[in-house]
Parts: sequence; C-alpha cells; structure tokens
Amino acid sequence: MDAILFMLFAAIAVVCGINLVVQKHPISSALSLVGVMAALAALYLLLGGEFIAAAQLVVYAGAIMVLFIFVIMLLNAGTERRGRRSWTHYADVPILLVFVGLIAALIANRMPGSEAVIFGQFTKGTAKDIGSALFTTYLLPFEVTSVLILIAILGAIVLARKEID
Amino acid sequence: MQLWLIPIFPLLGFVLNGLLGRRLPKSAVNAIACGSVFLSFLWVLKVLFGANAFSGGLETVQVEKYFTWIQSGTLSIGVDFAVDRLTAVMLMIVTGVGLLIHIYATGYMAQEGGYYRFFAYLNLFMFFMLILVLGANFLLLFVGWEGVGLCSYLLIGFYFLEKFASDAANKAFIVNRIGDFGFSLAVFLIAMHFGSLDFGTVFTTVNGMPVEAHAGWMTAIALLLLVGATGKSAQIPLYVWLPDAMAGPTPVSALIHAATMVTAGVYMIARSSAIFLHSAHALDVVAIVGIATAFFAATIGLTQFDIKKVYAYSTVSQLGYMFVGLGTGAFSAGIWHVMTHAFFKALLFLGAGSVIHALSGEQDLRKMGGLRQYTPITMWTLLCASLAIAGFPFLSGFYSKDAILAAAYEHAPWMFWIGVITAGMTAFYVFRAFFLCFFGEYRGDLGGDKHGHGHKDHGHGSHGTPHESPPSMWIPLAILAVLSLVGGYLFNIPKYLEPLFKAPEEAPGSEWTMYVSIAAGLTGIGLAYVFYVLSPGIPQSIAQTFAIPYRWIYNKYFVDEFYDAAVVNPIVDGSRSLMWRMIDASGIDGIVNGIGHVARALGDLVRQTQSGFIRSYAAWVVMGAILVIAAMAITGGTR
Amino acid sequence: MPMPPPLPASVPISWYLMLSAILFSLGVAGFLFRRNIITVFMSIELMLNAVNLSFITFSYKLRQVDGHIFSFFVMVVAAAEAAVGLAIILTVFKNRQTLQIDEISSLKN
Repeated sequence: MDAILFMLFAAIAVVCGINLVVQKHPISSALSLVGVMAALAALYLLLGGEFIAAAQLVVYAGAIMVLFIFVIMLLNAGTERRGRRSWTHYADVPILLVFVGLIAALIANRMPGSEAVIFGQFTKGTAKDIGSALFTTYLLPFEVTSVLILIAILGAIVLARKEID
Repeated sequence: MQLWLIPIFPLLGFVLNGLLGRRLPKSAVNAIACGSVFLSFLWVLKVLFGANAFSGGLETVQVEKYFTWIQSGTLSIGVDFAVDRLTAVMLMIVTGVGLLIHIYATGYMAQEGGYYRFFAYLNLFMFFMLILVLGANFLLLFVGWEGVGLCSYLLIGFYFLEKFASDAANKAFIVNRIGDFGFSLAVFLIAMHFGSLDFGTVFTTVNGMPVEAHAGWMTAIALLLLVGATGKSAQIPLYVWLPDAMAGPTPVSALIHAATMVTAGVYMIARSSAIFLHSAHALDVVAIVGIATAFFAATIGLTQFDIKKVYAYSTVSQLGYMFVGLGTGAFSAGIWHVMTHAFFKALLFLGAGSVIHALSGEQDLRKMGGLRQYTPITMWTLLCASLAIAGFPFLSGFYSKDAILAAAYEHAPWMFWIGVITAGMTAFYVFRAFFLCFFGEYRGDLGGDKHGHGHKDHGHGSHGTPHESPPSMWIPLAILAVLSLVGGYLFNIPKYLEPLFKAPEEAPGSEWTMYVSIAAGLTGIGLAYVFYVLSPGIPQSIAQTFAIPYRWIYNKYFVDEFYDAAVVNPIVDGSRSLMWRMIDASGIDGIVNGIGHVARALGDLVRQTQSGFIRSYAAWVVMGAILVIAAMAITGGTR
Repeated sequence: MPMPPPLPASVPISWYLMLSAILFSLGVAGFLFRRNIITVFMSIELMLNAVNLSFITFSYKLRQVDGHIFSFFVMVVAAAEAAVGLAIILTVFKNRQTLQIDEISSLKN
C-alpha cells in the first residue's frame, strides 16, 4: 500500500515538475508548482511528518504560491518570447542527465540495501515533538528567523512602494 | 726618486683645467697646462741628474714599487715605475717636446672655442703617455696604451661638431682597438707562460733561456705584440687612421701623431727586445712590415695636396723606418730615429700649423705659394726640418736614418735598396711641400673672406694678407729647428743605449751605404726643385701621362674603400640584420612583448565569466556545483 | 486467471532520495533554461522543495526530529526570500518593462 501511494504521488510530482519547466506561460508553471507541493505534502505524510505536511500546504502552497500568482497577474507577464537559439538550447538535456546521473550514482554508492519506508514507523513528527525541539534545542534559530521575517517584510515594503516625488 | 710625480703634474693639470677651466681666464689655463708639463720636465731632469743618467750612470734599471694592484692566485701585478736609459730617452722626448708643443698651442688655439677642454685633454694625454713610458710591467704599459688611445680619440674629435672629425676619431679608436686586441692576447700569453707581467721577471727569464727554447711561444707572443704595435704606430695594415687623424688641431697632430703616441709601438717592441730576439722569425716580420709600410706610404705622400696629409703619410713612412731598425736588430737605431723624428716631425707639423694660421685656415698646397716674404721664420725653421728628414749630412735625421739603412743592408740588401728609394721619395715630397708653399707666386685667394676647402682647422676669419705667427708659436719652432740640426750629432743614442742593446757591428768597408743614402736625399731635393720651382708644368704632365698609376696612388690605393667593403660594411650590415632585427627586435622584444600578449589573452579568457548575463552566471554556478559533487563522490565526502 | 505479481509492500529510502534528486535537477534545468524571471524563481522554489524532501527522508532514517526542524526553517526562509524577490522583480519590471532575463543585462561589457 505504501508503495502504491509513493508511486502515485511521486509520479504526480515529477510530471508537475516537468510541466513547470516546459510550460510557456508563467501561470501554468505556477499551478504546476502547486501540484508539486501538494504531492510532496502527501509524501511527507508517508514519511511521518504530519506537522511538516500541514505546514507545507498552509505556508508553501497556500501563501507563497498565492503570492506568486498575485505577482504574475499583477505584472501581466505574457508568454515567453522565443529567444535566440544559443548553444544552451541543445545542451539542456545532456546537462540534466549528467546531473541526475551523478547524484544517482552518489546515492547508490552510499545507501546499498537501505531499509524500507513504512508508514507509521516514525512517530516523532507530531506538532508536540517539533514544538518542544523548536523551543529548547533550536530556540536561537527560531528567534533569529523571526527577525529575518521582519526584515523581509521591511525590505518588501521598501522595494515595492511608489516613489514619493 | 719619486717617479710618480712625473705623471702626477699633468694629471693635476687635467683635473684643474677640466673642472675649473671654464671659469678661468685664458692666461690661467695656459699657466696650469704648460706649467704642469714644465714641472714634469723639471722633475724628469732632477731624477735623471740624480741618477747620473747623463754622465755614465743608470746602467741598470731602477725600479720603484708603489703598491700591489692585482693579486690573483700566483699572479701578482703591482703598480711599479722603472727607469733605465731607454726610459730616460723617452722621458726627455715626451716631456721636452711636449712642453714645446704646449707652448705653441697656447698661440695656435688662441681663437678656438673649448680652449680649456683642449688643454685638459692634452694634459691627460701627457699623463697617460708618461705612465706608458714609466710602467714597469706590461699591464701598466697597456693602461698607458689605452689611455693615449682615448686621448687621441678625444683630441682628434675635438671639433666634434664636424662629422668628418668625429668620424676620424671613431676610426682612430676602432682601428687602434683591433691592434689592442692583439696586444691583449700577447699579454695573456705572457702571463700564462711566464706567470708574471713584470718586465724584470719576464725579460730575465727570457734571457736565461737558450735560444731555441719555446721558440713557438716566443714567436706567437712577439707577433701579437707586433699586431698591437701596427695599430698604435700606424703600420700596414692598421695605418688607415693616421691620415684621417689630421682632422684634429695641428698641435695634436704634432704631439700625438708625430712625436709621442705613435712611437709607443716602437718603444714597446724595443722594450720587449728580449722576446723578439728569442723568436726565430718575428723580427723578420717586423722588418718586412716596416719596409713595406715605409715604401707604400712614401708613394702616397708624393701626390697629396693637403699639407698635413703629406706630413701624415711621411709619419707613417718614417715609422716604417723605425720598424726596419728594430727588425734588423738595430734597436738603438730605431730609438734614435724616434728621437730625431720627434724633433723634425713635430717641427714640420708645427710649421705647417704656422702656415695654416698665417693663411687663416688654408691647407691645400695648390692655394699656397710665395710665402717666404710673409713668414720668414716659419720658412727657415721648416727648411731645417725638411733638410733633417731628407737626411742632409750631419743633421739629425741623417745619423739615425743612416744607422737604420746600414743595419738594413747587413740584414738583407734588398731592404737597403728599397729604403734608399724611399729616402729619395721622402726628400722629394717634403721639398715638394716646401717649394709649393714658400716659392713661386701666391696662388691663394686671401684678401677676401674665403675659407679654404678641404679638411681644415677652423678658419680664424680673414686676416687680410698672410702674416707671421706670434712669438708663442715661433719660439718653439726655433728651438725645435736647432734640435733638428744638431740633435743627431749631439745625442749619440746607440752609444747611450749600449747597456741595453748591443750596437750592431759596422762591417768594414760599408761607408758606401752612407754615400748612397746622401745621394738619394740630394737627388730628391734636386728633383723637387726642378719640378716645382724651375718648370712647374712637369708634375702635371707626368700625372697625365701615367694617369692610371697616378689615380691609384692619389686615392691611397683605395685601401679605405677596400676595408669598407670587406670589413666594415659586412659587419655593420650583419649587425643590423642579424643582431638588431633578428635577435634584438624579434627575439628579445618578441619574448618581452609575448609575455604581455599572453597576459592579455589570459585576461580576455577570464573576462568571459563576467558577461553581465544572468543566465551565464547561473550556468557557472551549476557547473561549480557539479564539480563539487563529483569531487565529493570521488573522494568519499566528509565521512 | 494468472495473479499479478505481488507488489512490494513498501519502498526503500533511496527511492525517496532519487525522487528528490530528480526534482532538484528539474529545478536546475528550469533555472538555467527559462527566460522569464518569475519562472526562474519558481524553479528555485522547486529546488528548495526537493531539498526539503531530502531532509525529511533522512530524518525518518535516523529517527530524529531535527530534519523536520530544518525543513521548517527552510520553509520560513523561502517565504522571506519569495517576498523580497518578488518585490525586486516588481521594481525591475517598473524600470525596464520587461521580464525577459536576457534583457536585464546592464552589467554586460
């Protein structure tokens, strides 16, 4: 059962990912990205990360992607023009394959005969566990990230406002 | 004895005049220049009288050692001065005649620019010449040798703004250099063979050797020394610089190229007589070179029209005589001729200078004539000198030349006959110059303000009619005239130098050689009288009849042109195309510029990364990431 | 009727990692080869997600919660980055009226 679920959601993720890269209009790419995130949320669940799965859907897919779509619609970005056919056009697939191949080789090297992922094996992904780790071991990064967000807000406001003439 | 004072006075004169002369008045410059030479002369007299040099003393050499100059392994060369009878003769000539010429020059150069510079150089020359003569080893002699070559260059090129003067100076220096190369090789061989350069050590060793020992070495050393001497003393093949050296002021020609520097080669060979005597054939070569040069130069002197050139070729010819004297074993006869030649040749040149001064710069004989009414003193003194060089009986030149010719006959009769013919030619061309200058009608164009053409000293502006020289000029002329007349009779050099050089034995019944040479001289004088006083048209017709030989002789046998084509131009062209174009411009510049090009190319290459193109940056980032991952994969990562 | 072969019950961990790698390289490809700035940005987000998956997978393997924490922080930073980045894109668009990445090349030459 786990295997079927994995295959399903993995397939969705890959297809949406390819779609993201291939589509001409940014809005289609944005929607594909939403699909990828949803599939990944399901995979997180399979791996026992309940909190993270929820956070993924709420924050990532729900907030960030919405922001993206707002901006796309705001800028009225049209389809991409066909640009100059430089050497990069013919090099993309080979480079990709090389990249993937390298990483796959690395993985295969390091993890021969690894254990299987069984749903329910990992139980420490609850909100309670994450919360306690966050506020004890990782307190400092937590506070720092809140400052980071504050700075990001400031930056975004400054950058995006109209000039005062 | 404090021998070192002898050259120090002129050196001080050089320093003072060189540094301060520009600001001093002319009288001060004169005083420093002539005074320093005078002091030198006085000191020479003191030293020689102190050593009883004139009254039978100084039979062995007296050496003064000052300090060790070079100490290298077993070779030790010190700064030592030595005096023996040969040195005494040379010292008297150099300082005495030098003093007279300095005094003359104060009058002659009175109107010239660069006055102080001239006297500074003259004093420097005296310094080096005295070092040459006083040096007690080959290296000091070489120092003096090079130094007088330098001063010769400076003085020949005194009018350095004229191209022909600076060319002549270059020629003199470069040709001398070739001779110096031979000399240096000889010095190296001596150091190698004898382990020392000191005269005493070397010559004692040589004299102690049996005659045939190391004959090959001795010949090699002797021939190389001869090469050096041919450069400095203007023998074949390195004589070509001396006629061109007439571009310098006349006192320079008198002092350096008549009386002192050119005799340095003769002195050097006489000093090294021990080496030459131990070599089988070197002396023969010396004699042959000498007689060939004497004859050759005399023929050229017959046709020249510039008065200084006539005397220049005469100097080359007389130097040839000295070499004959040396080469036939009559070393003291050669030195005798050095002395008498100093007297009459210096007088000839100074007299020529007086004539040139009188004519405001004219040097061409064809434009002179009838000067005896204008410049009587000059005429009488030049007459004395001309008679002396022609070998008129009982004058100075007669004694020395006769001694040489007698020795030549003993050695090889054919040399004697060629010497006699040359003596005749000598008398002829000297009197040709004399008659053309002082007799007949005045052919020049003084009276306007024309400058003479040809190689000239700077004109003094037009003086109107020709006039006699000031006392500063004719007094030295008079003194030298007296010396030319009685110098041979008074100073019997072969007897004086007997402790050093065995006098050649007079074969009985050989007085006829003397009569033959007298006859040759008188014939020459008579012929000159006929050609140039009685019927002046003869020379012209002879020149036209024998047009082709005349053309060859008049153009100095085209030797200069030959040297240019065979030696100078190939070297210059080779240097230009090979060394300059290929090695320097292409090779070395290529390497240096190439480094620049490589740096630039590398820069161009690296510049590609900064394209301002965001996607190319992205591509670089990805490539970097791939490299890092690959590296981690290969090396096993951080585990 | 012949029975289909029994499915494996579950999937080895390395498969999750492979998936992460594939998604990552897709993100790289999009990053390199797309010309629209926003699309490039989204490819970056895709890469971040792939890395998140990798973190969670290792957290499962090691039976520790730290991977989840890391993943959490990645999300936070991604949010901040998205905000600022989009603001920059807006500004660029205001200045140059274009979203083609090739035309924003005033650093060139």
